[in-house]
Amino acid sequence: MSDGAKQKPETGAFFPRDRNWHAPALTPGYKTSVLRSPQKALLSLDGTISEITGPVFGHSMLGELDNDLIHNFAKPGESAIGERIIIHGRVLDERGRAVSGALLEFWQANAGGRYRHKKESYLAALDPNFGGCGRAITDEEGFYSFRTIKPGPYPWPNGVNDWRPAHIHFSVFGHGFAQRLITQMYFEGDPMIWKCPIVNTIADRRAIEQLIAPLDWANTIPMDARAYKFDIILRGRRSTLFENRMEGN
Amino acid sequence: MVQALDYLKETASQTAGPYVHIGLTPNFCGIGGVYDTDLGTTMVSERTLGERITVIGRVLDGTGTPLKDALVEIWQADAAGLYNSPSELRGAADPAFSGWGRCPTGGEDGVFRFETIKPGRVPFKDGRPMAPHITFWIVARGINVGLHTRMYFPDEAEANAADPLLLRVEHRHRVATLVATGSAPNYIFDIHLQGEKETVFLDI
Ligand SMILES: [Fe+3]
Repeated sequence: MSDGAKQKPETGAFFPRDRNWHAPALTPGYKTSVLRSPQKALLSLDGTISEITGPVFGHSMLGELDNDLIHNFAKPGESAIGERIIIHGRVLDERGRAVSGALLEFWQANAGGRYRHKKESYLAALDPNFGGCGRAITDEEGFYSFRTIKPGPYPWPNGVNDWRPAHIHFSVFGHGFAQRLITQMYFEGDPMIWKCPIVNTIADRRAIEQLIAPLDWANTIPMDARAYKFDIILRGRRSTLFENRMEGN
Repeated sequence: MVQALDYLKETASQTAGPYVHIGLTPNFCGIGGVYDTDLGTTMVSERTLGERITVIGRVLDGTGTPLKDALVEIWQADAAGLYNSPSELRGAADPAFSGWGRCPTGGEDGVFRFETIKPGRVPFKDGRPMAPHITFWIVARGINVGLHTRMYFPDEAEANAADPLLLRVEHRHRVATLVATGSAPNYIFDIHLQGEKETVFLDI
């Protein structure tokens, strides 16, 4: 399960999560949070080995088209409809170190803003050649990339007229279970970002800006696909040199 | 002037939304042919060492209604108390056990189910043994930051009484929210997001 992590294994506990940077649990503007938010204080504990460790996935689990959403659900010879884009970036930790072997899984609506899901009720059309999921694993320097179509914005039942800006959902594994993260990526220049109740669960504007991928003209492939760059930062670790019990390092 | 502390900020979490199953368990929600199988579905094989157990449960909202759009992941040590992770320096874990599982809550009843093994004990930072436990992580629509918690075993009263994490729970009646019910090999662990029985969630 682990050709992913060739770096020297690290065993330090993670930096505490900055709970003011993340959204709080209860955000009434996003109505579903009202009944799904814990209301008691979290029990704080410096990480133990149960959270410092975590599963690592090998590149061998990936299929050839896992990072190509344009083709991984399409019939042979066909492709998904929409604006062809490449999303690429690095996974780093808070110390700026590359996280190699990080598994990223992504999912999104099609170009019309419609998900392939039985509970989806938006009237936009399904694309028979678009499934909406993909995955990649970062290389030795933390780089990943995938190809997809730009998802459309879609309405959702929250306020009377709430719409989600175009976005891609990301799930990320680092090397420790405490780093486990799910987030969403938005696109530079989209005026709908700032109207979205889910985006606005985050209070700090800089934390929102970190979720917006800039158009990366330099990496755009002529006559094929535009590129967007999205770096992801996972929690950093303390050096075990500072710990009471010396191990590793 | 002093030097800058040039740490980066962790990417902010956002809800997994209503369609997390598309991304993480596509076969479960009818998107076949992209991946052979959904990751984390099978945790044990014939070669896995240890006592087979089943853990079932639900994730319940503030009205007691089970969530049908949640995703639960678990992470645990092998039967000998070793994690299958590069950061595990105490020895080599059972190669036939990854220690990680993933299950959507769906269907009519919103029940998640893990077929796994009973984990061995692992040490706390000061060397004291922790009671056997399984680490849980829960995401769903309406949950802005994934929730961490732990499941302990009802038939380990002595170990639980000395567990360093359980000892930190100030309101002692809440310890019960971290202990499964049932008995070997079938355990039940309901997770309450809110209300009188709200599960103790962890900031770890
Ligand atoms: Fe979405």
